[in-house]
Amino acid sequence: MLQVGLAHFLVVSAILFSLGIYGIITRKNAVMVLMGLELILNAANINFVAFSKYGNLGINGQIVALFVIILAAAEAAIALAIVLNVYKTFANVNVDEINNLKD
Amino acid sequence: MTFYDIIFYLFAIITVASAFIVVTTRNIIYSGFSLLFTFFGVAGIYVLLGADFLAIVQIMVYVGGILILLLFGVMLTNKITNVDIRTGTVHLLPAAIGVGILFGALTSVMVYTEWKSEPGEIPLTTTFSIGKELLTNYVLIFELLGILLLIALIGAASIARREKE
Repeated sequence: MLQVGLAHFLVVSAILFSLGIYGIITRKNAVMVLMGLELILNAANINFVAFSKYGNLGINGQIVALFVIILAAAEAAIALAIVLNVYKTFANVNVDEINNLKD
Repeated sequence: MTFYDIIFYLFAIITVASAFIVVTTRNIIYSGFSLLFTFFGVAGIYVLLGADFLAIVQIMVYVGGILILLLFGVMLTNKITNVDIRTGTVHLLPAAIGVGILFGALTSVMVYTEWKSEPGEIPLTTTFSIGKELLTNYVLIFELLGILLLIALIGAASIARREKE
């Protein structure tokens, strides 16, 4: 059990994923929800890279992880632009108080 | 317990502990800075898995880009001067129970499944192979991601700058 193998990396990724879900569910602030999202994407990436090494997939898993990182960067930029607009309209970014699409 | 194992547990503990702080602390700035350590821990895990290029990309894009962007988001959407930058939480207990069940299910699946584990050959430095694959087998996705990044850049700028009539 102490010998580090594939399962150890998968368990670390499962912990990160669960913590990310927990952050998304419990936080009110939209920026905190984004942080939970980044945790989940990191967990997925650990899985890709771990299977890339232990599953005899060569370099392909790492390339998919690279694509995920690029998409995360684009997503963070768009999401923060939306959050700034929401803040301009509602004067806060609490996701439980924002309940109409137009004023 | 080899040296590799000790390094793995070190990075795993850094990653998990700082991720725990990210989702539990009430001060949003502390969350942002804990996220820094989470990203560094994940980069260390990438190095342990033989993904050196990916670890550098992780540090440059996540720490240098996304985290700075998130901190800007925090500072632009909170009145730091007069209101404290705490963030509220909702449904703590149901969320903890649900996430606990989810985590138990995920972990049992990952530990008890007989994964087809045959360690393949990862080259010692992956930059050359990643570059070659990106411009041969994955060239369509590579170009599409370039276009996507351009669209995201333009879209983010135009959304954020829109004036209220």
